[in-house]
Amino acid sequence: MNKPLRRVAIFCGLLVLALLVRVNWVQFVQGDALKNDPHNRRVAIERYSTPRGNIIVDGKAITGSTTTDSGDFKYKRTYKNGKMWAPVTGYASQAFDANQLEKLNDGILTGTDDRLFFSRTVDMFTGGKQKGGNVVTTLDAKAQKAAYDGLGKQKGAVAAINPETGAILALASTPSYDPSTFAGMSNKDAEAYNGLQKKSDPDEPMLNRALRQTYPPGSTFKVVTASAALQNGLYHDVDANTRSPLPYTLPDTSGLPLKNEGNIPCKDASLRQALRYSCNTVFGKISADLGNKKMKAEAEKFGFNDPGINTPVRASESIYPTDNRPQNAMAGIGQASNRATPLQMAMVASAVANGGKLMKPYMVDQLVAPNLNVVQQHTPQEMSRPLSPENAQKVQSIMETVVKEGTGTSAQIPGITVGGKTGTAQHGENNKDNPYAWFISYAKTDKGTPVAVAVVIEGSDTLRDDIAGGRLAAPIAKSVMQAVIEGEK
Amino acid sequence: MSSTTNTTTIGTIGAPSRRNTELAMLVFAVLIPVFAYVNVGLAKDGSVPAGVLGYSLGLGLLAGVAHLVVRKWAPYADPLMLPIATLLNGLGLIFIWRLDQEPSLGKAMAPNQLMWSTLGVAFFLAILIFLKDHRVLQRYTYISMVVALILLVAPVFFPGVNGAKIWITIPGLGSLQPGEFAKIIIAIFFAGYLMVKRDALALASRRFMGLYLPRGRDLGPILVIWALSLMILVFETDLGTSLLFFGLFVVMLYVATERTSWIVFGLLLSAGGAVAVATFESHVQTRVHNWLNPLELLDGGVTETAQAMYSFGSGGILGSGLGQGYSRLILGIAPKSDYILATVGEEVGLAGLMAILLLYGLLIERGIRTALAARDPFGKLLSIGLSGAFALQVFVVAGGVTGLIPLTGMTMPFLAQGGSSVIANWALVAILLRISDTARRPAPAPAPSTDAEMTQVVRP
Repeated sequence: MNKPLRRVAIFCGLLVLALLVRVNWVQFVQGDALKNDPHNRRVAIERYSTPRGNIIVDGKAITGSTTTDSGDFKYKRTYKNGKMWAPVTGYASQAFDANQLEKLNDGILTGTDDRLFFSRTVDMFTGGKQKGGNVVTTLDAKAQKAAYDGLGKQKGAVAAINPETGAILALASTPSYDPSTFAGMSNKDAEAYNGLQKKSDPDEPMLNRALRQTYPPGSTFKVVTASAALQNGLYHDVDANTRSPLPYTLPDTSGLPLKNEGNIPCKDASLRQALRYSCNTVFGKISADLGNKKMKAEAEKFGFNDPGINTPVRASESIYPTDNRPQNAMAGIGQASNRATPLQMAMVASAVANGGKLMKPYMVDQLVAPNLNVVQQHTPQEMSRPLSPENAQKVQSIMETVVKEGTGTSAQIPGITVGGKTGTAQHGENNKDNPYAWFISYAKTDKGTPVAVAVVIEGSDTLRDDIAGGRLAAPIAKSVMQAVIEGEK
Repeated sequence: MSSTTNTTTIGTIGAPSRRNTELAMLVFAVLIPVFAYVNVGLAKDGSVPAGVLGYSLGLGLLAGVAHLVVRKWAPYADPLMLPIATLLNGLGLIFIWRLDQEPSLGKAMAPNQLMWSTLGVAFFLAILIFLKDHRVLQRYTYISMVVALILLVAPVFFPGVNGAKIWITIPGLGSLQPGEFAKIIIAIFFAGYLMVKRDALALASRRFMGLYLPRGRDLGPILVIWALSLMILVFETDLGTSLLFFGLFVVMLYVATERTSWIVFGLLLSAGGAVAVATFESHVQTRVHNWLNPLELLDGGVTETAQAMYSFGSGGILGSGLGQGYSRLILGIAPKSDYILATVGEEVGLAGLMAILLLYGLLIERGIRTALAARDPFGKLLSIGLSGAFALQVFVVAGGVTGLIPLTGMTMPFLAQGGSSVIANWALVAILLRISDTARRPAPAPAPSTDAEMTQVVRP
């Protein structure tokens, strides 16, 4: 009977071998994947086992950590003025994961990032606990406050950029939410979180309108159209006659007229006059004359149709579509199927203000290790050149006229040169929904151009004319610019 | 001549008893769990646990007494089995105690387990003392069959726990898993039955397409057992036990008859049975589904299977350290019994888990070696049956928990919490030790042969 016994012995050996191979597969080959699986609760336990690093604005932390005594998680995220900063920080919740800066820099904030290897190793030898690093942002606390307070109870967003570097100075979105309310994992946190979702709150407080919502840009898009006209040599002089008829009929239609808001002097107006009064007929004609291809190319130089604008939080793609002639003419006045995020329109203003050079927008200046060593430093990058310096001067000059004596007078700041453009975008079928009030602008001091800003306010049902952007949005832009300029001094 | 050409590696004459080797290894088998105990205490509370002295004395005493009894009543027994069983049992106690530190996993079970382990060792000693010769068991062949059938059928009349009817509840005493004992008793029956019938099964058969087809009356028993194991599966929804008994029977038949055709029949029948049952038994279907999709989310939550996988993955190569894992996350059925391997994997890592699997492997191969060394067919069959059952059980449980095969409810021998299991496995080791003692005992010196002397005279 020994022969079969030996075979059974081999068989049993193979059974054990199979088990050994399997545990090697699970614990060695698949080990890391299983260990870091997002559903593996140990990941979250680890994440909240030490105080998280902070997100810094103007040298001060806008986040914090507090100990909790409930459940597996030792520390909980706290936010200072969470509602104001939520569009910048995002949230980090024990129960609902994290997003935006909190998520993108999770490795640095928890201290597990490979770039912190050295500091971790030192901690290991000195017996110190693992600590998280900090994320230093480019934001300007005063500008952010001005933006957030300016929006107040209205639904809208503000994006402000330093045109010379691309540094984001303000990023506000209202209505907002306080990430502290659901940072933990109790039933109360779950209730707070669910209450903020779209199905229970149609105002979508968790939507980051400054980066993630696209709107029809309305008349503010005329700045892009004017730039396209100059860049493509359609006009050279902003004060010359544009030979625009009034009324103007949309091309390829059987007499469909493009109307102006009110009775304004748009017949044969110069670019300056057209922008000052916000003439639809003039800019519709420019867009039609240039054609879809050239308009689209210019818009793309300003950052449209780019799905990869990472600040590092990704901004939604702003669209200037391929379209037929009448639609393209309408797009020239920001009223067709082109859409833009507030950040995108701030980029338009900043490119004009920066002599035609568009800088890549960013909001993380440095990543700092727990021992305060700088792990990563952002260097400003040029993104594109939508305008030549001469043409940039020309566009600046007509935008300054808008603020001096046009629709944007409420953005005037004494002693400072301000250029801007108002916009009121109709939306909904047959214009039935409330319009969006827009304002984009920049401010120049004798030291440079420290700020460009875009403001959008949704749904003010009282105003439907082009002055709406000037009345509602321009004062907010003005206070943001003032806050930045005062900080400069 | 006869002694040097023996095909077994153990000589028939003069095998050293190796009792001192056993004692030295027992010291390690006691020390390792004691250190592990201290380690858990330090990790959980930062202090040496208060019970460490009592625990080490208790475990040391158990091992010491067991050693003395083996020395006295089974002096030639295999020296490795007792230390391995002690080490596994000791580590099992530590892991259960460690899991007791997690309040969310239910009431403390380590004290009970310690009591059952003591009882198991007592049972082990009683067998060694009172069972002078394993061949005595041969007399109880048919009684064993009846007892095994009763034990197997009994759980049908008791309520199921967690979807499997494998317990019988005795009021006041708690619950008992008769399958564990049936494993040993049925091996005794098979060994007795096959020893008598092996020639008939091996020789009286027709050849058909390269396979030996046995006669119907000889094929009868295997079909009966097959049907019985399927019935256990269907009525008690106990996948593991039915697989164990069927596998056990096929292995023993193969060894007894030396006919490969039995293996082929066995595989065909079990495959057919498994497919047939899986098509209408939802319990089995769930297990197979979980096996194929281990990380699937259920109602947005993480399943137990996934939790076990995460435990293994998070343990990595060296583990998180005793007491420093998150075994409490496996909240489901049985973190202290079926799923205890997940905690082992997480806290002592791949290295520790492989060491434990190798200990099982070693124990199994020592059992098979005993079968090889045994001089009587009944002893051979019984020891291969017991080792085979043990091996299948280890494979089915460890394979199930690590996701190698679909999960079936059985306990990891010695390691897992469960009174019946620990007692039955100590009894199993005791019987194997008894057989190996007989096998390794020096044969009486051969009587001088007058023939041999004459031959030598003729030699030039």
